[in-house]
Amino acid sequence: MSVDKNTVAKIANLARIAVSEDELEATAGELNNILDWVEQLSQVNTDGVEPMTSVVAAALPMREDKVTDGNYRDQILKNAPAVEQGFFAVPKVIE
Amino acid sequence: MSSLFQGATGDWEVVIGLEIHAQVISESKLFSGASTKFGAEPNTQVSFVCAAMPGMLPVINEECVRQAVRTGLAMGCQINLRSVFDRKNYFYADLPQGYQISQFKDPIVGEGMLTVELEDGSTKDIGIERLHLEQDAGKSMHDQHPNMTYVDLNRSGVALMEIVSKPDMRSAEEAGAYFRKIRSLVRYAGTCDGNMDQGSMRADVNVSVRRPGQELGIRTETKNVNSIRYMMMVIESETRRQVDVLEAGGTINQETRLFEVATGTTRTMRSKEEAHDYRYFPDPDLLPLEFTQELVDELAAQMPELADAKKARFIKDLHINAYNAGVLVAEKESADYFETLLSATVEKSGKAVSEVGTLVSNWVTGDLFGALKKLGLGINQSPVSIAHAAELITLQIDGTISGRIAKEVFENMLESGKSPETIVEEKGLRQVSDTGEIEAMIDQILAANADKVEEYRGGKDKLYGFFVGQVMKNTGGKANPQVVNKLLRQKLDG
Amino acid sequence: MSDLTKLTLSAARDGLHKGDFSAREITQAHLKAIDEAKILNSYIEVTSDQALEMADNADAMIKGNEAKPMTGIPIGIKDLYCTKGVHSQAASHILDGFKPEYESTVTSNLWNDGAVMLGKTNMDEFAMGSSNENSFYGPVKNPWRATNSDKDTVPGGSSGGSAAAVAADISIAATGTDTGGSIRQPASFCGLVGLKPTYGRCSRFGMIAFASSLDQAGPLTKTVRDAAIMLESMAGYDAKDSTSINIAVPNYEAALSGDVRGLKVGIPKEYRVDNMPPEIEKLWQQGIDWLKSAGAEIIDISLPHTKYALPTYYIVAPAECSSNLARYDGVKYGLRVAGDSLDNMYKNTRAQGFGDEVKRRILIGTYVLSAGYYDAYYLKAQRVRTLIAGDFKAAYEKCDVILTPTAPSAAFGLGEKVSDPLAMYLNDVFTVPASLSGLPGISVPAGLSSDGLPLGLQLIGQAFGEEQLLNAADVLETAAGFSDKPAKWWGA
Ligand SMILES: [Mg+2]
Ligand SMILES: [Zn+2]
Repeated sequence: MSVDKNTVAKIANLARIAVSEDELEATAGELNNILDWVEQLSQVNTDGVEPMTSVVAAALPMREDKVTDGNYRDQILKNAPAVEQGFFAVPKVIE
Repeated sequence: MSSLFQGATGDWEVVIGLEIHAQVISESKLFSGASTKFGAEPNTQVSFVCAAMPGMLPVINEECVRQAVRTGLAMGCQINLRSVFDRKNYFYADLPQGYQISQFKDPIVGEGMLTVELEDGSTKDIGIERLHLEQDAGKSMHDQHPNMTYVDLNRSGVALMEIVSKPDMRSAEEAGAYFRKIRSLVRYAGTCDGNMDQGSMRADVNVSVRRPGQELGIRTETKNVNSIRYMMMVIESETRRQVDVLEAGGTINQETRLFEVATGTTRTMRSKEEAHDYRYFPDPDLLPLEFTQELVDELAAQMPELADAKKARFIKDLHINAYNAGVLVAEKESADYFETLLSATVEKSGKAVSEVGTLVSNWVTGDLFGALKKLGLGINQSPVSIAHAAELITLQIDGTISGRIAKEVFENMLESGKSPETIVEEKGLRQVSDTGEIEAMIDQILAANADKVEEYRGGKDKLYGFFVGQVMKNTGGKANPQVVNKLLRQKLDG
Repeated sequence: MSDLTKLTLSAARDGLHKGDFSAREITQAHLKAIDEAKILNSYIEVTSDQALEMADNADAMIKGNEAKPMTGIPIGIKDLYCTKGVHSQAASHILDGFKPEYESTVTSNLWNDGAVMLGKTNMDEFAMGSSNENSFYGPVKNPWRATNSDKDTVPGGSSGGSAAAVAADISIAATGTDTGGSIRQPASFCGLVGLKPTYGRCSRFGMIAFASSLDQAGPLTKTVRDAAIMLESMAGYDAKDSTSINIAVPNYEAALSGDVRGLKVGIPKEYRVDNMPPEIEKLWQQGIDWLKSAGAEIIDISLPHTKYALPTYYIVAPAECSSNLARYDGVKYGLRVAGDSLDNMYKNTRAQGFGDEVKRRILIGTYVLSAGYYDAYYLKAQRVRTLIAGDFKAAYEKCDVILTPTAPSAAFGLGEKVSDPLAMYLNDVFTVPASLSGLPGISVPAGLSSDGLPLGLQLIGQAFGEEQLLNAADVLETAAGFSDKPAKWWGA
């Protein structure tokens, strides 16, 4: 399973990271080095082995249905790069 | 009933599947303690968790889990005692985490089957694939600023139940009936308010077409359709479009589409053009969700009576006809209103439930629904109180007024808001049941219309109505019709 | 008064409680030392005013007889922890200017006990790295240099700033976080004790996530006793973290009996990796001998899937990180780089905001989770992870703790491995298996390399077996008698 330039471009798009055309080749090389190395896992026989879901044996804790949080808009918006009229503002999206 | 679509080159079958998003009724969000109330100022009902601040972690709301189980029980589905939360990864302005916590491989509720009734009285079984719990996204507003989109995270993290049907529907009517059925179930179960205006329920509509008996065609998904009427429009326009494309030799793209109210048609969503790859994987911040069969049994035992059971009971115990019973249980609010009015009437009149059931059901489905429809109001906005309605029906039961006068009084109640007793007193509408008074009047009328009496006795039966009309006219409609009948028959036939 | 910065945590505690010096005095001494050690780049934010204020509160607690062991102890906090109103940026450009409006649970616990924050320590960006060269704020220099060398060495990573700060006596102790060895490996490189507790022992709430199923908070300290004291303050159940475990926190310091007679110490044969430097091999043998002389029973064990731990880790951790780091998108906080559309704003922000190693891991993680590859990579890795955890389970049928080297080498030169990610990843070969299994591990300084650089030995314990683990580490520490300090080449 070797990663080519197109695949890198596709992954980079999924991950929303700009990778310029001339970086694609080098990035593909780096990723292939790592992927070739992790490939050795295919040697392990995992027939009938359950994938790990959690290292700790415990049940999912649940909380009561009560309003205990929120109502601090200033703190929510305080670190935002762009705020307009109490909203987060981002470049316009055309659906 | 044939639901095939006639194309230019022959018949097509439309195949429909629905993914219904139903907002869970809960005080706080699925994974945070922020409020779920509708209509707050932007970004006020947001916690650091909802805003995906660095280092924030989800903790599940137990009531949302219970609501999902209740809904699963209401739909008669398999309840899974172990389910897993997964992350669905994608970027969007109103998705602060960059992923939605949802359930992918192991949902909380599994398969089931619903039977829906169609207009022609036939029924159709529609399979349910699953119900899973997931977070809602925030809200993007694209029309507030010329070059910016505004994002409000109040909805971010609110619990949704996604109810996925099998592709078992074959017409817009079936889809509509299925949606209504789900809506009724969640409202009866108290798990979703079904309020489509506020976005509490919306559907992703999957449509494909094929030649009858052929393999499934390629489907399109029209997102977030928020009314049953629109959903039916989506199905109709999408069917037509797909058939046109295929008949012209084209192919259908598997894509996400958007419904445009203005044109009543769908179009490709520009921002979602790229193929999605959601990279689902189990959320490492959450352990698998596990609960016991005892919890399920406990919730099942506490389940309120659902529409189908209620309808059967109305027919059996209250002797209401099937049509009225069906109309009453269609909406939980109507059923609730009816049952409240019924017990108020029983109390007021001292009669048994089975004696007044029919009268009350007729009044609700006929007079009340007719008036509300004219006024454009919902059952919960009725301008007539339960107490006044019970009083009105009781006046009829005890013979104080006739059914015809009752309609007149009701009209007046709607206008004046006065109690029916007051109206009857003020307008002197009390029914005349005094035999002597009515007898005297009948004698007078028969004397004044001797020719007609002659004709009637000669076999012109139809004239009977004329005599009744005359009596009612002379008493301003207040004469007790039973008394009038009895005396008229005696005088004319005796 | 002797130099207050040279004190261990336990000595400082005792001195504070006896009134030998005040929290303000010890805090001031450290702030001065920090100022003189800027060249190490171990702090990226020094919170002097807040530190003095906290010290005064600590002094009041001591006066009011409300002192706890951590009261008045000046510590460094890894920049991965969210600290209210203070720089909390995971040493990343993408979190520029971010000051959280909330406090992490672990730091809250420390402050409640009266600890004093000196500042935020440098680290590999988002805790991804083993040398602390992946920081937006530049690399951290290890106070240790090879004998007769003026070449800089790395402090290890990702908690390199914390480790360097403790090693240079510019904090008494520091918090770290360990995902695949990020506390233990820098501890080994800097001649310190570094403890990664059992997964679920410390809350992850408010700790900027790298790989959620692996991340764990822990202390970097001068001694095992110090680690016991600090862990007790940091640990505890937290309802805000669904993976936090509701088990009472024991008195860890009380567990240090100094007695390991009869303790079964497992020696995994698979840790004898190819090309292991002889001095590491020798040190390991020495550790075995020390514990044996102290009365422990040495048992050969097998952890057969050890060699697959690193590749497993480099699938699981990037997969989780690719999702955890999706929230850094220029919308809610931190850096935003303009773009002509929402997507281009995202892409530009993330391209410029993340460093190379972070981007590399996000891309790897995105790839292994993507359609068509999920089963072959992610699911496969999670199955192998089950086998790795199973190895430990089987081993603990036979032994109580496991002894291994911490890292395959001593600290290497700054810049030496930056261009070879795979070589860098191999640093964690001995620490990653315990991380994948959620087990506690501790690195104890045990000797010096031929170049005069510190080397650590690792003890791995059973889940929630920190008491036994700390006790064994304490015995190992005593036997090793490591008391070397880096020759001070920095400062005024
Ligand atoms: Mg959908
Ligand atoms: Zn959904």
